[in-house]
Amino acid sequence: MNKRNSPTFDLNQSARKFFLSAFVVTAFAAYVAHDRLGTQASTLTTNSAGQSNTQTSGASLAGSFKNGTFTGTEEDAYYGLVKVQTTIQNGKITDVTFLEFPKDRRTSQRINSYAVPTLQQEAMQAQSASVNVISGATLTSQAFVASLQAALSSAKN
Amino acid sequence: MKQTRILMGMPVTVEVVDPAVTEPVLDAVYAYFEYIDEKFSTYKETSEISKINRHELALEDASEDMRTIFALSEQTRLETEGYFDIFYNGRYDPSGLVKGWAIFQAAELLREKGFQNYYVEAGGDIQLAGSNAQGRDWRVGIRNPFEMNEIVKVLSATDCGIATSGTYVRGQHIYNPKNAGALELDILSLTVIGPDIYEADRFATAAFAMGKKGLGFIARLDGFEGYSIDKDRRATFTAGFGRFVAYD
Repeated sequence: MNKRNSPTFDLNQSARKFFLSAFVVTAFAAYVAHDRLGTQASTLTTNSAGQSNTQTSGASLAGSFKNGTFTGTEEDAYYGLVKVQTTIQNGKITDVTFLEFPKDRRTSQRINSYAVPTLQQEAMQAQSASVNVISGATLTSQAFVASLQAALSSAKN
Repeated sequence: MKQTRILMGMPVTVEVVDPAVTEPVLDAVYAYFEYIDEKFSTYKETSEISKINRHELALEDASEDMRTIFALSEQTRLETEGYFDIFYNGRYDPSGLVKGWAIFQAAELLREKGFQNYYVEAGGDIQLAGSNAQGRDWRVGIRNPFEMNEIVKVLSATDCGIATSGTYVRGQHIYNPKNAGALELDILSLTVIGPDIYEADRFATAAFAMGKKGLGFIARLDGFEGYSIDKDRRATFTAGFGRFVAYD
């Protein structure tokens, strides 16, 4: 952590950064969990050692964090660097934004948006319009089936 | 000029609109697919991939194309939570990645020769460039997984890749080992529009293996849109998919 931050800092600043980054990482996790699970907003509790854990109850924050906007450290998410900023109001996270996230390399295309995807639905309907070319699953390819089976079998936990 | 030939066990269609196109140009594109088939076909004993699987050739000593495909496969495995993997039953089968990559490279061949308006399609996966004969974006149909001679959507797109993963075999049970209860697959068809056919194809294959959560995976990728059809004939699609739908 903090590898990319300024190399000169005093102890207080260092400790503050540690707590802040631990908090922001947790806030990030809570935000992702919230977004992915579609549950009510998670709140945070913290102990004196600065280790945070998430709770999904409606309990408010344990009073350790002040209101304001906080920036996290750059973290290697293995597909790129991630850096978040969070806003606290009345002890609760009201906003988390990504200051930095992987988006510019091929290797970065795994996940770069944590928003819940908006999907739409409709009844499938046959069309009669003319087209230049048709996209569909390969009709006779054994390779596809083999590849799919390979994908499925290797997807074990 | 438009031609279809059977290569790699599937129909491969190339259409080039630019008037400068000649037969030898298309021959060169098909020759490239033949080269890929010779190298990567797991059904050919003489192929390089077969030699690797028989341990007669080490990956380090393999051709640059082979090493590239292995590197891209590993990258894709990491990017898809392990859903995409070319290693199965003690053997490597990179077919799921090679097709999209080969289509992309074949289309690049045309681009490098100065052509601007064309598509290359192999087994339902397409790389589009420029305009069609009417000077408009290419019109691409999505095949009905219940009725192979029907299309269920018409797209208008260009300079991108469109790939569909799926099954047309009704009643076939495909099980996802990631779910302990061996879940029956209920997504029959997943079409992905991406920046190019290599990207669209690899993520379509992986997302299809993910089952219901596959479309959500596609929705989270920047620059990709998806359209899936489930066993109840319901279509589900990503928020930005609509801008590719042709309404005329």
